[in-house]
Amino acid sequence: MELFLKILAAVPMTLLVTLASFTLGAVIALPLAATRRSRFILVRGIGKLIIDILRGVPPVVFVFVLFFGLGADIIRWEPLPAAIVGLGLISAGQLSEIYRGGMLAVHRGQYEASAALGLTGASTFASVIGPQAFRVAIPGMVTWLISLLKDSSIVSTIGVVEMMFIANQSARSSADGLMPFVIAAIMYIALGTPLAVLSRWLEKKLSFGRSA
Amino acid sequence: METLTNWLEWSPTMLQGLWVSLQVTLLALLFGVPLGLVLAVLSGFKNRVVKWIVIIYIEVGRGMPALVMLQMVYFGLPDAGIVLSSYTATVVALALTTSAYTSEIIRAGLRAVPEGEIEAANALGLKSSDTMRFIIAPQGFRIALPTLLGFAILILQVSSLAFTLGLPELLSQAYSIGASTFQYLSALTLAGIMYLIITVPGGWLVEGLEKRMSRHLV
Repeated sequence: MELFLKILAAVPMTLLVTLASFTLGAVIALPLAATRRSRFILVRGIGKLIIDILRGVPPVVFVFVLFFGLGADIIRWEPLPAAIVGLGLISAGQLSEIYRGGMLAVHRGQYEASAALGLTGASTFASVIGPQAFRVAIPGMVTWLISLLKDSSIVSTIGVVEMMFIANQSARSSADGLMPFVIAAIMYIALGTPLAVLSRWLEKKLSFGRSA
Repeated sequence: METLTNWLEWSPTMLQGLWVSLQVTLLALLFGVPLGLVLAVLSGFKNRVVKWIVIIYIEVGRGMPALVMLQMVYFGLPDAGIVLSSYTATVVALALTTSAYTSEIIRAGLRAVPEGEIEAANALGLKSSDTMRFIIAPQGFRIALPTLLGFAILILQVSSLAFTLGLPELLSQAYSIGASTFQYLSALTLAGIMYLIITVPGGWLVEGLEKRMSRHLV
């Protein structure tokens, strides 16, 4: 019971890391997704390269590069900001692809109609394409949020005191090595399941006109 | 320049690490994917008890972080009397995670096989086990292939977490080189590049396969 409460007390930190890096990623992903539709091949190429790197490097390696690599002499930072920036950038890579999928799902005619109405590029995106693309992207975004919740466990390796950190510490210091991990697993599942249900519900709700 | 000479000097050690990463990934897939197939078939069973046990297994396997699974197998199981080396523990943990994820991928593939194929097999008087073996499974697997490949790349990435068990894979090697030379950035960047050399072309392969397979569906 004491163990349970100890791990429970670390839930806010797990949620903080997850939500902060998701928010950071959701914002950075916007310009990143925009590069993929640029007129200039160089911009498209660089955008694709950045996204491939962010998606291709294992999250823990990326966080290590930021924390131990850059942290050694370039920027000295605490584990928490390093964790949020690291997972945030990885989220940006993933979410930009989800946004792109959303934009591809909007019919070409919508762009043409906006152009015919004389809308500027910005207002085409803000009031015509954006809202429709976002609708398609939402279930994918929730799915990524669930993955991110689980990936947030890796930041325990750089010393952020979240659920996994406490579980690992308890397993090492107490006689019972199994229980802390069982409790941590249950907590992750308990946090992730409502999100999974939400994702499924949103997918049904938002798939207008399309047979799921 | 100095970075490059360092990288050249470190690369034999790092490549050894990469080889360990690839070994555990491949072994995990070798055990995990067939288990996933079995789970996918079992989850379609009429027997409620079997079905629910399988569904709970899949949901637990997918719901908990891979890091928890790894540490549970390595640090937790000895308390239950099962002591595994870090290599075996990594393979076991990754194979369990793989089975849970791939069962869902394979199930989606099996479901995507057109109903008419199954009706035709029934009309021809095939036994249901034969229908599964000769009609549904080969086509379902084909449909699931790009997603499975994408998952294989993901498992290579996840294998980097095995450094927490002290397995001398790529990340561990990079980290210990960093620790002994104080050149963390350089060593860890090289590790990142080595992962990218596999994951990025792998990603292109998945995209290519997806395009190829959806070509005649439109």
